[in-house]
Amino acid sequence: MGAREDFTTDAMQYAPQLFSTALRMTRNRADAEDLVQETFLKGWRAFESYQDGTNLRAWLFRIMTNTFINKYNSQQRKPQETELDEVEEMFLFRRMGAFDQSKMNQSAEDQMLELFTDEEVKNAIEELPETFRVPVLLSDVEGFSYKEIAEMLDVPIGTVMSRLHRGRKAMQKMLYEYAKERGLVDESLLDPQD
Amino acid sequence: MADCQETLNELESYLDSELSDARVAEIIGHLKGCVDCQGAYEFHAELRTVIKTKAQNEELPEGFLDRLLECFGDDVLGAD
Repeated sequence: MGAREDFTTDAMQYAPQLFSTALRMTRNRADAEDLVQETFLKGWRAFESYQDGTNLRAWLFRIMTNTFINKYNSQQRKPQETELDEVEEMFLFRRMGAFDQSKMNQSAEDQMLELFTDEEVKNAIEELPETFRVPVLLSDVEGFSYKEIAEMLDVPIGTVMSRLHRGRKAMQKMLYEYAKERGLVDESLLDPQD
Repeated sequence: MADCQETLNELESYLDSELSDARVAEIIGHLKGCVDCQGAYEFHAELRTVIKTKAQNEELPEGFLDRLLECFGDDVLGAD
């Protein structure tokens, strides 16, 4: 049973990452814990199909993504591509000139890190429709490749790319709106040509 | 070498480390000589860092890891 013991130790090291992503997926701590538990139960039972040398982290995230889609999100199978408004390219970058420097007390270097709070970043992700939220989480937060995400979601790589592109733009727009609500933005500073 | 339009179009794939080595070299070649594209690159690279840093490291529920360990039992396997 040495291999099973190794598996337990190896899998447990990913528990915090899995929980964090599960929380963004389910948007609820109790559901997130259930989702990670179910992932580990399935992983433990499917251990025979796990081959040494396979990327364990990607394998666990794949199980978790499938479980989430099947259990918590029955609508995933229906196309939601139209649920997001089109947002122009480089939305946030083009509006950085509107951030009122006088209301920020950080050096330019720290500015972006301090500009948005943890809550705002988490909310911006969680506000995305599932179709976009899951690939954005798997890429931006967990760093999986297009190919890995395509396998996890069982969609073509081109679909992953377009969902990432649209999801990221929508997230930028939300971050901008949050900054506006906090009074950090003065739109009169924007170059009208932009 | 890539031009501005190509560079901006492929910035996302570049940041995702999804371009070929040859294409990466062309994009870097352009970035080195173009202040505007360099600025766009740095902005989006930093935004990635901000998102990754701020969306992680959730505090785990109390007793979470202990409850998780119970998922790895012989009884769980027998239950199938």
